[in-house]
Amino acid sequence: MSNLRPTGEATPRTDPLVPGADISSADIRAGRLRRAPENFLTADDIRQVGKGRRDFLRSSFLAAAAATGAAALGGRAAIAATTVAGDGDPNILTPTPWGSSLGLPVAANPYGQPSKHERALVRRQSPGLTQVPAASVSFAPLQGLFGIITPSGLHFERHHQGWQDIDPTRHRLMVNGARPDFVKTPKVYTMDDIMRLPPVSRMHFIECGANTGMEWGNVAVPTVQYTHGMLSCSEFTGVPLRTLLEDCGADLKAAKFVLAEGGDGSSMTRTIPIELVLSGEVMVAYGQNGEMLRPENGYPLRLVVPGVQGVSWAKWLRRIEVGDRPYATKDEAVHYIDLMPDGQHRQYTSIQECKSVITSPSGGQTLLDKGYFTISGLAWSGRGAVKRVDVSTDGGMNWSQATLQTPVLSKCLTRFTLAWNWDGRPALLQSRATDETGFVQPAYGQLRAVRGTRSIYHNNAIQTWQVAESGDVNNVQIL
Amino acid sequence: MSRSCKAALLASAVGALLAWTAPALADGFANVGRPATPAEIKAWDIDVGPDFAGLPKGSGTVSRGMEIWEEKCASCHGTFGESNSVFNPLVGGTTAEDIKTGHVAALKRTDFPARTTFMKVATVSTLYDYIRRAMPWNAPKSLSDDDVYAVLAYLLNLAEIVPDDYTLTDATIRDVQKRMPNRDGMTTAHALWPGPDFPGMAAKPDTANAACMTNCKPKAELASQLPEHARGAHGNIAEQNRLIGPVRGQRTGPDTAAAEAPSPALALAEQSGCLSCHAVDTRVVGPSYSEIAARYRGKNSNETADALVSKVKAGGDGAWGAVPMPPQDDLSIDDAKTLVAWILSGAPQK
Repeated sequence: MSNLRPTGEATPRTDPLVPGADISSADIRAGRLRRAPENFLTADDIRQVGKGRRDFLRSSFLAAAAATGAAALGGRAAIAATTVAGDGDPNILTPTPWGSSLGLPVAANPYGQPSKHERALVRRQSPGLTQVPAASVSFAPLQGLFGIITPSGLHFERHHQGWQDIDPTRHRLMVNGARPDFVKTPKVYTMDDIMRLPPVSRMHFIECGANTGMEWGNVAVPTVQYTHGMLSCSEFTGVPLRTLLEDCGADLKAAKFVLAEGGDGSSMTRTIPIELVLSGEVMVAYGQNGEMLRPENGYPLRLVVPGVQGVSWAKWLRRIEVGDRPYATKDEAVHYIDLMPDGQHRQYTSIQECKSVITSPSGGQTLLDKGYFTISGLAWSGRGAVKRVDVSTDGGMNWSQATLQTPVLSKCLTRFTLAWNWDGRPALLQSRATDETGFVQPAYGQLRAVRGTRSIYHNNAIQTWQVAESGDVNNVQIL
Repeated sequence: MSRSCKAALLASAVGALLAWTAPALADGFANVGRPATPAEIKAWDIDVGPDFAGLPKGSGTVSRGMEIWEEKCASCHGTFGESNSVFNPLVGGTTAEDIKTGHVAALKRTDFPARTTFMKVATVSTLYDYIRRAMPWNAPKSLSDDDVYAVLAYLLNLAEIVPDDYTLTDATIRDVQKRMPNRDGMTTAHALWPGPDFPGMAAKPDTANAACMTNCKPKAELASQLPEHARGAHGNIAEQNRLIGPVRGQRTGPDTAAAEAPSPALALAEQSGCLSCHAVDTRVVGPSYSEIAARYRGKNSNETADALVSKVKAGGDGAWGAVPMPPQDDLSIDDAKTLVAWILSGAPQK
């Protein structure tokens, strides 16, 4: 937005990022975010700073931060900025507080926390999406995440009746049959029992079936946090459900479906595909990224159903029932059903089809400057591994193949990147993923042609970010 | 022994080890888990399927249901199940004709304002199951089986599926199923289930994009953009992005960081070098500010403050251990007073 860019007189300088480049004329061009502290310091001021007037610098940038909002999160943004004036960068020429003082002792934070400068990247709600915060969603800040693993504290949340922090010593998992002959010995497991069994650790994405659901008909929300943030990826540790079923003597030939049930107030239930149980993919998980599950993610036990929408990953898992017909539970008969144009609802839609999104640059952001950028994003498929991702900067007329970062795993997020030189002109950024089955992520027009605009669930359309000459990136749709 | 003999022995030893360990694993996981008792299974196995398997015996009338509704349900769902202030509406949007056809006609209309539970749900078992396991919202599983029948009878009456004098039972619920307005409104003709377990499942996905690379279309037309009025609906996006990196967040609202600005006294403490040896809550070299505040709590504040200002300025040792505090010659008396007042007030961060 315009008030982010101060309109003061341009000061000739040399851009330290582009050796030898004189960008004085470029300073006044739209799209250039002029960086502090030259936003508010004159050349004279900077020379004074260079002579060691540290406290002067502090008061200046605090005042400027308050005045311009450019350093919206406090003066430290200004400290980190680049400038070369006078003898050089005051961040080099004068002592820094952290370089000239004693730091904090070990275990000052017994459980470590992110830097205070990272407080912008947190889970957030989308105003107006739900009426009650205990039956709601918080979105993961994809715009600021790297790689493929979601920090556990930033994992998106979806609760149907609030979250609980269950006493793990009192938690039980029951396995029984819809009929006595389906399970020879119905059993009860404590967490002690489950954690004694041979563990497996696997990385998988989890995506809410309603992710991107607000965008079915039109653009509705500004940033990738809200368009795609019901998406996370963790390393889960646990026991294949098949191991437990075999331990109970389940009749895996008679079994056609499995019911999973939570131990929270809603005791939420979902019908689980037996195919993914028999393949060994479905896990009863207690570990997440090397520690126990977070309470918001089902501590101490949840189901992991790779490739299937998050609602099936029953949290606070208390019971598994082996059955021979689907269960038509509330979240597969009232919600998580996809309305088609003919008025019929698709029921038991589970797989999250191949999808991708560019996370940087993305909606609500402003490019710092023209020149070199790395377009970076995430791709995933509920049917297996991502095979390739293509990126377009002209709204889908022409595409370039992106680089896939390793590891590229089945039913796991895959990070892709593409080098891009922004010439300062408008651009339309898109990504298009293809999975190992050959399925290619659809355009909005293709998806709406078969499913209309009222499905709510399973929107895997190609996302477009519009880059304006100003450098502002905005959410748009192209059919 | 020849080398090949050794190798052969080693191979047989490995084979023997495998042969020995395999039966042990085949014995299963000894002493892991225990059989569930019948009472335990009864307590937890409460699911009711679309074929009514698991449905408990019992009954409830519409009028009894209304009493429970007004006491325990209406505050969230509205007197007639129509409220959308807390949850989406339960009742509305269905017609007598829908009850005949088994398809809710309003679902074909793109202009219809809401999708209520009764417009969507095909199986009455779902409602019994869910009310029993999850309602009321703040006291789930507190309704008796008969109360669940009664509440469901009242809801079915609101939806004009059963008459005012109806008694819902484990027997009559089967008749109700035949009158559910959207009972034939579900389809499994899709490819979003990983097996062939449902009628009409599609073998192929319903979209088929191609990975065209060049000149894929003549131009890129925008079909939708974020309306200007929606840009600020999610707060200030500048504060939802990192302070460093190739991009910044757009400023779409007032800065909340200003309201959370750190205490000026904290900034003064940092600027004056105090935090090299002191922290608010942790002993570093010198005592923490919390410790100092605790020691002088309840004492004459003016005298204490004056004494501490002098100590800060002149330095000293012995009060908190052997490490001396150096004199603070550069610190003005006014700044020292500010700092001492701040420390004695508990050294707040903001």
